[in-house]
Amino acid sequence: MTINRRRALAAGGALLSTLALPGALRAQGKPIRIGSSLPLTGPLASLGIIHKVTAEIYVDDLNKRGGLLGRPVEWILRDDQSKPELTRTIYEQLITADKVDLLQSPYATANILAGMGVAQRYNKLLLHTSFGIPRLAKYEMQFPVSGSAFDPENVWPNLIFDAAARLPKPPKTIAIVTSKFPSVHHISAGAREVLKKRGLQSVLDIEYEFGNRDFGPIASRVKDANPDFLWGGTNGIDPVLMLEAMKRIDYRPPGQVHLFPAPGPMLKMPEAQGSLALTTFESHPPFTDDPKIAQFVKVYGERAKEAGIPYTAVDLQSAIMYAAWQVMEAAVSATKSTDDKTLAAWLKKNEVKCLFGTLSWNGPQNYVEGRDLYKVKQLQQGQWKVVHPSEWAAPGAKMV
Amino acid sequence: MPSVTLLGQSVLSGIFIGALYGLLGLGLSLSWGMLRQVNLAHFALAFLGGYITFQLSGRLDPFVTLVVTVPLFFVAGMALHWFLSRYAPDMLNTLLVTFGLTSIIEAGIQRIWTADFMRMESHYGDIRWKLGAFYVSFPDLVTLLLAMILCGAMWALIRFTDFGRAARAMTEDAAMAAAFGVNEKRLGYVISGLAAAFAAVAGMCLALTHTLAPVQIYAWMGVVFAAVMIGGLGSAMGPLLAGFLIGVSEALTMAVTAPTWAPLVSFTLLIAIILFRPARF
Repeated sequence: MTINRRRALAAGGALLSTLALPGALRAQGKPIRIGSSLPLTGPLASLGIIHKVTAEIYVDDLNKRGGLLGRPVEWILRDDQSKPELTRTIYEQLITADKVDLLQSPYATANILAGMGVAQRYNKLLLHTSFGIPRLAKYEMQFPVSGSAFDPENVWPNLIFDAAARLPKPPKTIAIVTSKFPSVHHISAGAREVLKKRGLQSVLDIEYEFGNRDFGPIASRVKDANPDFLWGGTNGIDPVLMLEAMKRIDYRPPGQVHLFPAPGPMLKMPEAQGSLALTTFESHPPFTDDPKIAQFVKVYGERAKEAGIPYTAVDLQSAIMYAAWQVMEAAVSATKSTDDKTLAAWLKKNEVKCLFGTLSWNGPQNYVEGRDLYKVKQLQQGQWKVVHPSEWAAPGAKMV
Repeated sequence: MPSVTLLGQSVLSGIFIGALYGLLGLGLSLSWGMLRQVNLAHFALAFLGGYITFQLSGRLDPFVTLVVTVPLFFVAGMALHWFLSRYAPDMLNTLLVTFGLTSIIEAGIQRIWTADFMRMESHYGDIRWKLGAFYVSFPDLVTLLLAMILCGAMWALIRFTDFGRAARAMTEDAAMAAAFGVNEKRLGYVISGLAAAFAAVAGMCLALTHTLAPVQIYAWMGVVFAAVMIGGLGSAMGPLLAGFLIGVSEALTMAVTAPTWAPLVSFTLLIAIILFRPARF
């Protein structure tokens, strides 16, 4: 074959462009298959979509950087319809039919517990993002990536009351209003003990069923009790419904916390301003000081908008999913293995720096006891800002 | 001991939520009692109405959106009646088919508006009045008035007009009514259309008073079913009165005992009525 000038130029060009290609095209061989389920429909769907968008961004980026161990990563996602029983079936299928190399986290306590049972049966590693009752996580190859402590019922109330003590008027009397949704109920039970130890006075303590439609009488009871601070053992849309009911009777508690509110709908509510809530990450410095994380926040905003997610800032939900993938990438890269037992052994002995702090698993049941990576945020002028502890506070943010 | 203000405000709260139960139950009661169609999709239609109100509220006043939704839903109700008459001839089948339809509408809502919570921003939400120690908000009051007007008007229509007499005759004995010239088919379309139009109004009230999410369609089913059954199938005023009874009982339960007991109230009342007045069923 004669090599003429044109062919030589073409070959040279091809070689140069290959060298300049992004990692995605350099990742070669059989893909590493990672399987998981998320609630894309059903009551948890509004949160499931956040996890999906986050994971897609991470996997895209990972493949651009060359994948894992030089192999492309294929994420196999199934819709568990927010149902634990379906989660169990899906994880069984992922392992036996899809023959995935690794598992990634489902969402929410009940679904994680269902997936954990399957992972245990097949000796698979399970990272999980949102398990609310750590004492139930007994499987030795489960690893939380949410940054939660082994004893959140102790750590979180203390964190919140520490933050509340920094309010312009530190509270002395507390009204506890909590949903019976398992995780927030568990934390509120801990709050009762913590407030006694801190010498605070409980002036109201009531529970309601998750899915309650009418918060009018509950709002009236809080108003009647006249507390300095409302402990809302609430999640999802309940804080909004409760605050709307309070607005109708012209009442606003002097201070308030709602553990895990849906972030979007509260933003524009005047009566929600000043509310405290728990978080691990908010889209402001110092979290976004790392350019890679700042880039993720930017891309997430665009993709979330495309997906029709109303609240497009990265916060707790997207951060924990991102952390799950950071942990998986760190463990696989460090061990150069996809063997579940090898990865689990590595995780037990090592730490992983994620976007909201450094995760470790050297305490009881692979948790850490007595401390965690959670922070307290406050809604200020339509924006959630971390206000406590101060090293994570937004620049210039003060408790109001 | 709960204060008088707490009890009074709770009673008001119960009346307002009861009005919404009644408004949601009105269409369900008519289609169930008169057409023998247990239309679970009624709840999905109400939420669809709420979402359309939410969507249009950027350009139109929420009340003006009724000009769009009521006729649209009337036609949708007639189409649903055609479908159910043709493909789901008995009551159990209507239940199954409309449950499927509910899932389809829920999926459609989720596709268009996402599964996230949607809250309609409206200046009406800021309007409230203080009457002595008690507060009344504009959205709650409007819901109450609309429920009373629509249930009252429907009751009068059934009680005093030829249309109502024909509808009652059809409910009693369709074949005999037909022998006397009652056009069962046409009546069925009108009643089904009206039921869906009432869902549109209930949807607007839902959007005014509540935050919307597709999954909440199911949260209202149990209690509204109880209101319809306690109020009497085919009755226009029954669901509203039963709604008041359930709403006030729930609210007082929440005010004086553990709020976790409140969801038991509607079904306890239903069971009590089944035990003591079985002839109603």
